Amino acid sequence: MPSQKNADDRIALLQGTLDLLILKTLVQGSCHGQGVARSIQRQSEEVFFVDHGSLYLALQRLEDKKWISAKWGVSENNRKARFYSLTPKGREQLVQKASEWQRLTRAMGLILGSSEGLPGEGA
Amino acid sequence: MFKRPRSTDDFAEEIKAHLELEADELKREGLSEAESRRRARLNFGNVRVAQERFYLRKRMVWFDNLVRDMQFAMRQLVRNPGFASTAIIVLALGMGVSVAIFGFVDAALLQPLPYANPGRLMSVNESYTESPRWPLSYPDYLDWQRLNTSFSSLDIFSDTGYLLRTPSGIEPVPAERVSGGFFQTLGVHPMLGRDFYPGENRPGGPNVLLLSYGAWLHRFGAQKGAVGQTVDLDGRAFTIIGVLPREFSFAPSGNAEFWVPFNSFSTHEKMRTFNNFWGIGRLRDGVTISVALAEMSTIAKQLQQQYAVAGPSLSASVVPLSEVMIGDVRPILLALLGGAGLLLLIACVNVGSLVLVRSESRRREIAVRGALGATPARLMRQFVAEGLLLAGFGSLAGVIVAIGAMKLLGSLVPKDMASNMPFLGGVGLNAHTGSFAAVVALLAALLVTATPTLRLSLHDVRDGLGDGDRGAAGQLWRRLGANLVVVELAIAAVLLAVAGLLGQSLYRLLHVPLGFDPNHLATVQVMAPDTIYKSDEQTVGLYREVVRRVSSLPGVESAGMTSMLPAQCDCAIDRIQIPGRPYLGEHNDVDERIVSAEYLSTLKATLVRGRLFTEDDDASKPGVAVINQALARKYFPGQNPVGQRIANEESGRPSMWEIVGVVNDVREGPLDVDIPPAEYLTINQTPNNYFILAVRTRQDAAMLLPMLVHTLHQINPDLALSDEATLNEKIDGTQAALLHRFSAWLVGGFAAIALVLGLVGLYGVISYSVSQRTREIGVRMALGAQRGSVYRLVIRQAGWLTVAGLAIGLVCSVGASMLIRKLLFGIQAWDPITLGGVAVLLGLASMAASFLPARRAASVNPVEALRAE
Repeated sequence: MPSQKNADDRIALLQGTLDLLILKTLVQGSCHGQGVARSIQRQSEEVFFVDHGSLYLALQRLEDKKWISAKWGVSENNRKARFYSLTPKGREQLVQKASEWQRLTRAMGLILGSSEGLPGEGA
Repeated sequence: MFKRPRSTDDFAEEIKAHLELEADELKREGLSEAESRRRARLNFGNVRVAQERFYLRKRMVWFDNLVRDMQFAMRQLVRNPGFASTAIIVLALGMGVSVAIFGFVDAALLQPLPYANPGRLMSVNESYTESPRWPLSYPDYLDWQRLNTSFSSLDIFSDTGYLLRTPSGIEPVPAERVSGGFFQTLGVHPMLGRDFYPGENRPGGPNVLLLSYGAWLHRFGAQKGAVGQTVDLDGRAFTIIGVLPREFSFAPSGNAEFWVPFNSFSTHEKMRTFNNFWGIGRLRDGVTISVALAEMSTIAKQLQQQYAVAGPSLSASVVPLSEVMIGDVRPILLALLGGAGLLLLIACVNVGSLVLVRSESRRREIAVRGALGATPARLMRQFVAEGLLLAGFGSLAGVIVAIGAMKLLGSLVPKDMASNMPFLGGVGLNAHTGSFAAVVALLAALLVTATPTLRLSLHDVRDGLGDGDRGAAGQLWRRLGANLVVVELAIAAVLLAVAGLLGQSLYRLLHVPLGFDPNHLATVQVMAPDTIYKSDEQTVGLYREVVRRVSSLPGVESAGMTSMLPAQCDCAIDRIQIPGRPYLGEHNDVDERIVSAEYLSTLKATLVRGRLFTEDDDASKPGVAVINQALARKYFPGQNPVGQRIANEESGRPSMWEIVGVVNDVREGPLDVDIPPAEYLTINQTPNNYFILAVRTRQDAAMLLPMLVHTLHQINPDLALSDEATLNEKIDGTQAALLHRFSAWLVGGFAAIALVLGLVGLYGVISYSVSQRTREIGVRMALGAQRGSVYRLVIRQAGWLTVAGLAIGLVCSVGASMLIRKLLFGIQAWDPITLGGVAVLLGLASMAASFLPARRAASVNPVEALRAE
């Protein structure tokens, strides 16, 4: 459950975007689940809310697809944690997904940009 | 390398780690210890849901549930081994028997004959009013073949036998003579070598033969080189030209080993009135049976007129070959299949009722689980799982029972009959029986699972909690179940009675007065080649030599010869006349036995009047005969037959025989018919190259057999010996004994299964009723009813069902026994001892079956039964 206070300001992640965000986060080096969640939240300037349960399932899904690999290790503050890192296959996927995403946002931008003359907007 | 999937524990561990890391971070951001833990949890969301989603990913939920339901059902079954084993045994019996019987039905009726396009093959023969299928004569066959347009080919076959020379001596071997196109008509091709060439079929053709697969295997060690070798049959060399395929069989020929083309004929075989050849034909395309029949009948009539053949007016018979081969067994098999199906149905319903009784006793458990949130579908699934498990185990056991039953039934079929039923070889677990078993298993599973789920759906869960239900469904089942049990018990009573009667018939048959002592008699069939024993003097010399040598063997009391052993067959019939009495062509049929001087005394037949034969009664003296009392009674009533004469045609010559003695009635014919009149002639006056040696021994007759064979071969290694056996073995192996034994075992088996099913059914219904009346019984006991009266209450209910079932069953069994009275021997259909025995057996067994629920009823604790209110 999101923290009540700013629940309304946050955007639920679109289907499939979480995978891309995870891959992007891991490109900077291996990280545990909690770190990935924090990182996504922080980098999106707290716009995104990451449902932790979904995050772990997404991590598992990517691991099953062999895009990322995981092993148990010890965190900087000496806690046991499961660390994820990108595989070469995951790196390829990141490039591909990122370019797909950019094409999508560009297309979306074009459509939304040309809608300036809409009645609601002009009024 | 296969990587083990990640465990749910590992995932939970990771979430735990996450919460700790998050809490650490929140603490660093300035929150208190407790608050940071709370927030970490809150931020995470529902941990359980995440874990469940992790667990469910890539998993088929229904399968998972199924496994769990199965495990649960398994535990339930293990906890009630009595229930589980009863249900499984009942199912196994019902299914095993029906699959086994189906195996026979399939092999006999459903699988086509092993020939090309068998539907077009016809048995084509002559016919007249008294004999609807009558063999052809050879000239008729040739004319039929020439004149007909209905058949693309027409062929004939005829049984024969040869004396085969083997390294160990001479052996009689069954064989078949066939016309040249016989195998082409059937569409059978030799698996080795070749079929007959056209010319080999004509008179004067070469001595060639085809081997049956069996002969090739046993006599030639399955060697390819057998083709081209020669064998010595009746002192003539025959060349083996081919081997018939393994699956080839031709029922009318029994187990013929050699197949020889018709190319030499005896004088009488060339006669138009010597009907000895059976015909088969392949219908031309588009010709129907009735058209063919009409044409062949016309030809038959025309030939009869043309050649002025006397006797009844001839026509033709055209019947599908399959009809001729399996026609007799079809009704028997279908009746058996029906019976087996009925048993299966009863078995399934019984198991259903047992499951129901159990579901009844678990009603509160189910209600509680329902109240705790189990959906009706889920509850029902558990019953389905239990039913499936039961049906699965039952079917598995059933298949094992079926395999055993098929073997047993196959081995029970009398040997003579078995050689005419080639399909017996195809009986067993194969694709057909396997799929039938699968279908039966499915149906059984459906029935077993449907019964309790139907009950469950009719049943409101809330009523279960209240334990106050005695609803309409329960009433309905009780009434239906009770009626079913009455029917089951009646069926069991009928089968038990019939089995009892058949069993007693078998016993009486094997203990029928024989008129001789069958113990310590060793017998062997001897065929003396007529190439060596050409004259009567030589043959009689052989007899004397055989008796002299064998009698001097250690342990031998005496030895004699006969043309046919007693208690085998009412055959070798002679037609006699009494000289001096008017003869109007009546059929004075008597059994004729040609015996040596010592034979009757070796049998220990008792002389009633006159004398037995002596060695002096030989060809130089007037013919003499000994008769049995039955003949004396029939043809010389109130007279002394000794000194009178009888006349017959012996070997085609009118002959006269003076009766010199009368012996008591030796059972010459089969065990199950009245002793026919019999005449004995002496072997010295009517010599024959074929005879059976009977030797009376002091010890076990079977021990003498090898010595006997050895001695005979010492006399002449070319004597063909066969069928070495003791007389008791021969009697046990007769058609009469085997038929009675087969039917007694078969019905006995069915009866045993019906009894088990009836008792299980009774147990189920009484148990159900007790479970429904627990509260009532509690009230009665609370009001002072003794345990004894509770026992009586339950047993009385079972008693009524039993009495009703018995009464119906006993009446029906008299009717059923009347239907099979041909199979009864020395016992009446209404034999009171058998019927009484059945009543006592069924009554006691029923009491035993109802004792268990009665004891459960009597052990009801009134306090607990009433506390449920």
